[in-house]
Amino acid sequence: MSTYTLARNLRGTVKQTHKPGENPWSVSRIAALLVLAVLAATWLVPFAWAVVTSLKSEADAGASQITLNPPDGFSFDAYRKVLSAGDIPSWAWNSLITSVAITLITVATSALAGYAFSRVNFKGKRWLYAAIIAAIIIPPQLLIVPLFRQMLAFNLVDTYWGIILPQSFAPAMVLILKRFFDQIPVELEEAARVDGAGRLRVFWSIVLPLSRPILAAVAIFVFIGAWNNFLWPFIVTTDAHLMTLPVGLQTVKSAYGLQYAQNMASAILAALPLVVVFLFFQRQIIKGIATTGFGGQ
Amino acid sequence: MTTAIDTPATAAEKEVSAQGKARAKRGENLTGWTFAAPFAVLFGLFLVVPALYGLYLSFTGETLTGSGSGLVGFANYADALRDPDMWKSLGNTLWFTALSTIPLVVLSLALALLVNLGLPGRWLWRLSFFLPYLLASTVVVMFWSWMYNPTLGLINGVLAKFGAAPVAWLQDPKVAMISVVITTLWWTIGFNFLLYLAALQNIPEQQFEAAAIDGAGKWRQLFSIVIPQLTPTTALIVTLQILASLKVFDQIYMLTNGGPAGKTRSIVQYIYESGFTGYRFGYSSAISYLFFALIVLVSLAQYKLINRRSAA
Repeated sequence: MSTYTLARNLRGTVKQTHKPGENPWSVSRIAALLVLAVLAATWLVPFAWAVVTSLKSEADAGASQITLNPPDGFSFDAYRKVLSAGDIPSWAWNSLITSVAITLITVATSALAGYAFSRVNFKGKRWLYAAIIAAIIIPPQLLIVPLFRQMLAFNLVDTYWGIILPQSFAPAMVLILKRFFDQIPVELEEAARVDGAGRLRVFWSIVLPLSRPILAAVAIFVFIGAWNNFLWPFIVTTDAHLMTLPVGLQTVKSAYGLQYAQNMASAILAALPLVVVFLFFQRQIIKGIATTGFGGQ
Repeated sequence: MTTAIDTPATAAEKEVSAQGKARAKRGENLTGWTFAAPFAVLFGLFLVVPALYGLYLSFTGETLTGSGSGLVGFANYADALRDPDMWKSLGNTLWFTALSTIPLVVLSLALALLVNLGLPGRWLWRLSFFLPYLLASTVVVMFWSWMYNPTLGLINGVLAKFGAAPVAWLQDPKVAMISVVITTLWWTIGFNFLLYLAALQNIPEQQFEAAAIDGAGKWRQLFSIVIPQLTPTTALIVTLQILASLKVFDQIYMLTNGGPAGKTRSIVQYIYESGFTGYRFGYSSAISYLFFALIVLVSLAQYKLINRRSAA
């Protein structure tokens, strides 16, 4: 492979992957491809093995000989059992309700606050801004004890709101949205304001429509984070009917005992919504991480 | 929610157009706080208040029953510094951070370089390495507990086919931490990988052309152009990775529950256990604040290091 090709490829112009006339199957390219294939396959093994196990009968899944050709064959029995008998549907519902609420509240509050920081000169702005920046380095894990006691005092333990409220604000997202709003030309808003439109109106009908892509990215990240969050829902729920999927599944591991096929079927079912989210929003997710590095909380 | 904010905001706007400067300023204050209020209330109630309350708790002997409550000064902090379990958990956490950060940075760079060569099937490679990052910790742990299962797991099954002895991946004190690191590597490498991939695509093409004219080979280019150009990205990734690794809890708690014999118990787990199984709220808060001090130190050190680098 020529240096020219390397340079082109490093630029990410992948449609044309080699210099015209050059052999695309040179030894070094084939070697690189093999290495990649082996690594990617390795990365998919835990997934694939979970799927294979979930399709086996319990007897086959619990057999000590590993095999891709189980005596009982493959079936969806484990999924059927998990969906009809277990708590998974209600946990999924709890996860959905709380994650959607967290996403809506976080996006709304972050956009409003981001706009205030970007456009309005209000008293105490600097002070609040400094507090937000400082807050970014506070790991939420460190607040579990005081926050839990606060929740006890508010009577919010074992409620949806107890799961939702402490996750419904995101200092990092406020900063990201503020930076985005900063780039929108003020003139666009001024014209409307001269015509007598109020600030909220300007925000709603001019700023928000221009910010759709970043709002979508923020929403996707908040949703994924909320759907996957373990520690806080784990601490604030003790009632099995109110648990989210990650928390509920953790209790199942022991409850199902040796039912490995059902175990893996539950894990696959819990992973499925996010795989779908990823396939739909692949571009936003990848761009979001690449441009801002968020999602790494 | 919209209607609640609508009234004061539009009222403020009318004032702005009608009245003098003082009024306008007051209007701006009202507008600003109206917009910021929903966030500020949540931020205050669920971050500032617990942070201050936790600090207060750390100076009390507060327990579940309330016995021994009241201010105890720095007793909790002194106890924590003398507590061998605290030091052991902290040591485990630092060990985990060292063991996980290095491969998570180096391997993610290698993967990004390979994927960026422009070989066919790019989306498939990207998907394979990134997908695990989207999974909940519980799902990750279920997959890997099954892989690591000593008698029925895939890894020992494959080892047996090659005639190797089974390994007690999560039960052997010498191996457990390595197993936790492998799981973490599998789970979270996608994030660093994507950051590197994006950075690679931003390196200007002219640099390679110039280097090629000077006769630099591609390995030479990798070390004299690509890796130096990636320095800011590497600094960002290392920073984020160290902070993330220090906060480890989920996967260790669920894979090994800190065992065997406390060999993998992280500091966050120790905070959790002191608070929620030992019910020593004051003590748990004190360790939280000691750990927070460490996080602040690490952040400051990295900030200084990065700034010095970019200034030079």
